[in-house]
Amino acid sequence: MGDFDFSVIIDSLPFLWDGLQLSLLLTFLAIIGGLVLGTLLALARLSGIAPLALFAAGYVNLIRAVPLILVIFWFYFLVPLALGRPIGGFYSALIAFVMFEAAYYSEIMRAGIQSVAKGQVHAGKATGLGYWQIQRFIVLPQAFRNMIPILVTQGIILFQDTSLVFVVSLRDLMTASSIVARTEGRLVEMYLFAALVYFVICFAGSLFVRRLQTRMAT
Amino acid sequence: MNYNWNWSVLFEPEYFGWLISGLGWTISVALCAWVIALVVGSLIGVGRTLPNKFLSKICTAYVELFRNIPLLVQMFIWYFAVPEMVPEDAGRWMKREMPQPEFVTAVVALGLYTASRVAEQVRAGIETVPQGLRSAAISQGMSIAQVYRYILLPISFRLIVPPMTSEFLTVFKNSSLALTIGLLELTAQSQQIAEYTFQSFEAYTAATVIYVLIALCATVIMSLLERQTRIPGYSGKES
Amino acid sequence: MIELENVSKWYGDFQVLTDCTTKVEKGEVVVVCGPSGSGKSTLIKCVNGLETVQEGRIVVDEAEVTAKSAKLTALRAKIGMVFQHFELYPHMSVCDNLCLAQEKVLGRSRSEAEARTETLLTRVGMIDHISKYPGQLSGGQQQRVAIARSLAMDPIAMLFDEPTSALDPEMIKEVLDVMVELAREDGMTMMVVTHEMGFARKVADRVVFMDQGAIVEDRPTQEFYENPTSERARDFLSKILNH
Repeated sequence: MGDFDFSVIIDSLPFLWDGLQLSLLLTFLAIIGGLVLGTLLALARLSGIAPLALFAAGYVNLIRAVPLILVIFWFYFLVPLALGRPIGGFYSALIAFVMFEAAYYSEIMRAGIQSVAKGQVHAGKATGLGYWQIQRFIVLPQAFRNMIPILVTQGIILFQDTSLVFVVSLRDLMTASSIVARTEGRLVEMYLFAALVYFVICFAGSLFVRRLQTRMAT
Repeated sequence: MNYNWNWSVLFEPEYFGWLISGLGWTISVALCAWVIALVVGSLIGVGRTLPNKFLSKICTAYVELFRNIPLLVQMFIWYFAVPEMVPEDAGRWMKREMPQPEFVTAVVALGLYTASRVAEQVRAGIETVPQGLRSAAISQGMSIAQVYRYILLPISFRLIVPPMTSEFLTVFKNSSLALTIGLLELTAQSQQIAEYTFQSFEAYTAATVIYVLIALCATVIMSLLERQTRIPGYSGKES
Repeated sequence: MIELENVSKWYGDFQVLTDCTTKVEKGEVVVVCGPSGSGKSTLIKCVNGLETVQEGRIVVDEAEVTAKSAKLTALRAKIGMVFQHFELYPHMSVCDNLCLAQEKVLGRSRSEAEARTETLLTRVGMIDHISKYPGQLSGGQQQRVAIARSLAMDPIAMLFDEPTSALDPEMIKEVLDVMVELAREDGMTMMVVTHEMGFARKVADRVVFMDQGAIVEDRPTQEFYENPTSERARDFLSKILNH
């Protein structure tokens, strides 16, 4: 412990920064994709159309029963097979994350949609709006607003989850740290530094969520 | 799509054995970690609600630290960094003599990480118990310890059974991270079968089905527990 | 039995109690009333130390509640308290609700505690419900059990914090009947925060009227109702009488 070597961290900063950018990009794209797909799944589940609702429920429950690593393995194998050609690790990982997170976002959105009072939907119908108009202008905006803190929290979890691309050697912050740790033989420094970076970002995010919650409560 | 199906590969004794052994490790890691998570998480969660400022700050720090660092990073720190950071003799023991180092590390890492999530549920449960019940118990002359022992904990543990179900499922899923430090649990075994046989679809399907079965069992167990512990006529939501 | 001397209390900058002084003698029944937010609930909660006060002295049975060294748990065990929302322990049967503190605080054996429990439940007319859970009882039934739970500790005095204000009208009487009996037959020392005029007239020796954290009137019951001296008390009485 006495010979903690800061220089190895400083020397590898550019390399780690590239990794962090990949983590953040993956997080950002997966949030958007997961949110869109998740909302569609939630709407399907609440649609009242039995086959659609059943399919959505089945998908969500299946994904939620399985570890993310296994889902990543699945899509690394399935995506090139389905497309007939390899598309690179990043896109396979992205698709895996979107498909995985959609299940979790759909549960959040379902709770959000159900939290919007029934009277709102009736009011929309009474004024002659169609299903998609009611969802678009009345239900979803309110649901999103109620759900913002939870959605951000899920985003923080997603950011932490991106570290799992380590299992397919995609070069995110975690993989980059681990590469330096091994080649330089500086395991303590690199893993503690990676922990620090993740902690600062996630803790800042959770403080932000807390502020959102207090602002919404007042 | 171009794929040669061969489901029988799963039932070749060698690969079938891998799956069973993987399942064994998954269940062992998850259950051992769950015990740690329940014990440590309950203590930390209770600590956060105590009037003692110093104690509650320490418990809050624990929760923030453990839930804001990815489990994978924590697992690597426990496995690779901690043996270098402790006194030399202890480090040597951890690296050379500790039995089942991957298993022990995975259990400790997963257990302490899950404890931070359990602690949040416990704290939320305690805070849901109406203030008036606390006053009633205090006004009967109970000490703080008695109020927790007989009133707050029994009620809050019943209230948090449903959210704990999802934590219980998560601990099984998160046990798959043990493969990153070389423990051949279920996910690792299925990947290994995929690599050996090129029957990825069959191998991953087998693992997926097993995880779904685990989730079903865990859900059934927890809903039985919920029915067992339900308080007649009480939802915890009244004032 | 219960003495309050110049009691003042603040929440931050907001003063909830201002210089309150009053007394409840042994065997006396005192009703505390006043508009909502007048501090009457806070005052009664100070008596057993559920709320702390910043200034003044509270003495119960020759023990000073407000002293730093006060043995509050021992004192609280001797003073019964009944709450607006009953506060029965929801995870325990009626029987266990009554037995818990008898065993854990007073150190009674299970059989002693059960014997006392059965006597008291019979008295409040709830013996048939002894194995039920609080959530399975009506509000009036819960409050009668709560009163029995307090009595099980053999208290030297009872505090009631708006015992009937969370009840549906048809249940108020069953609870008040128990309280009247307690005052008349046991001669229990009671401090009761309530608006129930009928109850006050029947059994209260004195009425303490509070407004904005201060005790405005503290007089024998009949005098208070027939001839309130302060404008605020007259105003208050006209509001609760005229509906």
